[in-house]
Amino acid sequence: MSTVDSGAGVQDAADLVAGLPPAPAAWCTGLRKRYRKHLAVEDVSLQVGRGEIVGLLGPNGAGKTTVIKMLLGLVRPDAGEAMLLGQRSADPAARARVGYLPELFRYQPWLTAAEVLALHARLSGAGVPAAEQRDCLALVGLSGRGDDRVGGFSKGMQQRLGLAVALVGRPEFVVLDEPTSALDPLGRADVRDIVLELRSRGVAVLLNSHLIGEVERVCDRVVVLDRGRVAAAGTLAELLGQREVRLHLTDLSPAAQQRLAALGRVDREGEWSTVALTDDDGTAVPDLVRDLVDLGVRVHAVEPVRISLEERLLGILRDGAASRAAGPS
Amino acid sequence: MTTARTVLTIAALTLREASRRRVLFALVALTAGLLALSSWGFSRLAAESLTSGEARLTASILLNLVMFGYSLVAALGTAFLAGPTLSGETESGIALSMLARPIRRSAFLLGKWLGLVAFGSGFVVLAGLAQVLVVRVTVDYWPPAPATALGLLAAQTIVLLTLTVLLATVISPMASGVVAVGLFCTTWVAGVVGAIGEALGNDAVGRVGSVSRVLLPTDGLWRGAMNAFQDPSAIVQFGGAEQGAGAFPFLSTAPLTLTYLGWAVLWVAMVWALAAMSFVRRDL
Repeated sequence: MSTVDSGAGVQDAADLVAGLPPAPAAWCTGLRKRYRKHLAVEDVSLQVGRGEIVGLLGPNGAGKTTVIKMLLGLVRPDAGEAMLLGQRSADPAARARVGYLPELFRYQPWLTAAEVLALHARLSGAGVPAAEQRDCLALVGLSGRGDDRVGGFSKGMQQRLGLAVALVGRPEFVVLDEPTSALDPLGRADVRDIVLELRSRGVAVLLNSHLIGEVERVCDRVVVLDRGRVAAAGTLAELLGQREVRLHLTDLSPAAQQRLAALGRVDREGEWSTVALTDDDGTAVPDLVRDLVDLGVRVHAVEPVRISLEERLLGILRDGAASRAAGPS
Repeated sequence: MTTARTVLTIAALTLREASRRRVLFALVALTAGLLALSSWGFSRLAAESLTSGEARLTASILLNLVMFGYSLVAALGTAFLAGPTLSGETESGIALSMLARPIRRSAFLLGKWLGLVAFGSGFVVLAGLAQVLVVRVTVDYWPPAPATALGLLAAQTIVLLTLTVLLATVISPMASGVVAVGLFCTTWVAGVVGAIGEALGNDAVGRVGSVSRVLLPTDGLWRGAMNAFQDPSAIVQFGGAEQGAGAFPFLSTAPLTLTYLGWAVLWVAMVWALAAMSFVRRDL
């Protein structure tokens, strides 16, 4: 091959690489972690795309914080791989453009808020000027408190400082682990605004929160963890897309009950039955009503139900508990 | 961020912590008290009608005794500072947000260690130098090798704080301080017991000191420092090295060998490497 051809080949390859989409902000596959006898995380795979806001949901002890720490290279997984912004997360350089607010947030009580921020700006290696650091403090509502010692801060103020610390290194990916646990309603609204502002700037966010309403309002996608495993994952539309229908029925014979159960999960409350519609192509409800009438059931009312993320989450977790109780098939 | 910059940032942070947490203030106040007390004692000694030989002997022993006080203060200070600053920060969560930065854990540990080394050895050298000057002014005694002696005191402090750093990577902050100071005192007692054994010609008891000095080089370095502080005639006046002078806890019969100094350096390197391995593998 001639030198000219070789040069053209390299240029083609460079163009091809440059044309590839950027690596996800965070990616992991098959993560597994055991603490002595307790299996904390088992076979967890997830991805946070660039500029995407992903919510991590699940009950206490589901392994959410452990997954976050493995993504950030703070906990060594027993198995699996994790990448941050296209680099292996075990390599410290992968965290150069990553901001993190830990669930257990605590900062040097003997430093001032401005000194904590300056320390993190320095450690991040981003070369953030002092004015930008002050802006960061102002963004989280701590302007004018920069010269106060952190030791005198309330829990809520320390969490606000933690948010500023997560944002100070000009991150491309921000991990917020329970960012509103110590905040009042106003602080929660501030966090929501900050997260939405990050999305508008193309910064990816992984948000672990017990406040499902907050997650529902800001997240593009949700990953539900239960007992260390991914119980469900998808966009909000995918997760909430499953419709339910609520029916007021009398003279419900066993055959009619079987017909209801054939459609999906049924919750009975007196004369009202709520049926989850799986695989609904638009004909399930009219067919159901026709069949119920044929079976002699008196149909008083049929109401569509919109499922909230909270209800969906509870449904996923209850289904998981029920299948565990039933034992391995 | 480069590793060197990380190390220096964390070392400066550790020194600032010592200063802000009033550890520095407490040590300065304690040292000022010790200096005032010892200068009064030495000036009273100068008022006694002693021969020049007796005065040198007494000054040597008392200087070693006071220096032991300083080394104990440095040991306690660094041991109880190293625990909270390392395992305390890991337990409380302060380290979590820092170690989520693009920095190597070994660089973080090296920065902490360097800050503690600067603090501990800086204290012991400055306080020791002030004490040597007090003795010079009050009883006109100048040790034969003050720079070596102060360097060895600093080395002793470094050995102990390296051990504390290792302990702090595996056990709680308080336990690491208690275990390190306990081992420091045990080694000193073992050194005295070993010296008595050697003076009595009992090899088995004598070996207690030798073995403990190899396992934890604080006592060996301390004995080297004492030898450099004391007047060479002191051993002769106590009957010579063969006649039991070594059994006296504040006299040292022999200077430190280069081999032992080399072992101390190797010991510090090995223990630090163990601490780094433990810290790097630790789940936060």
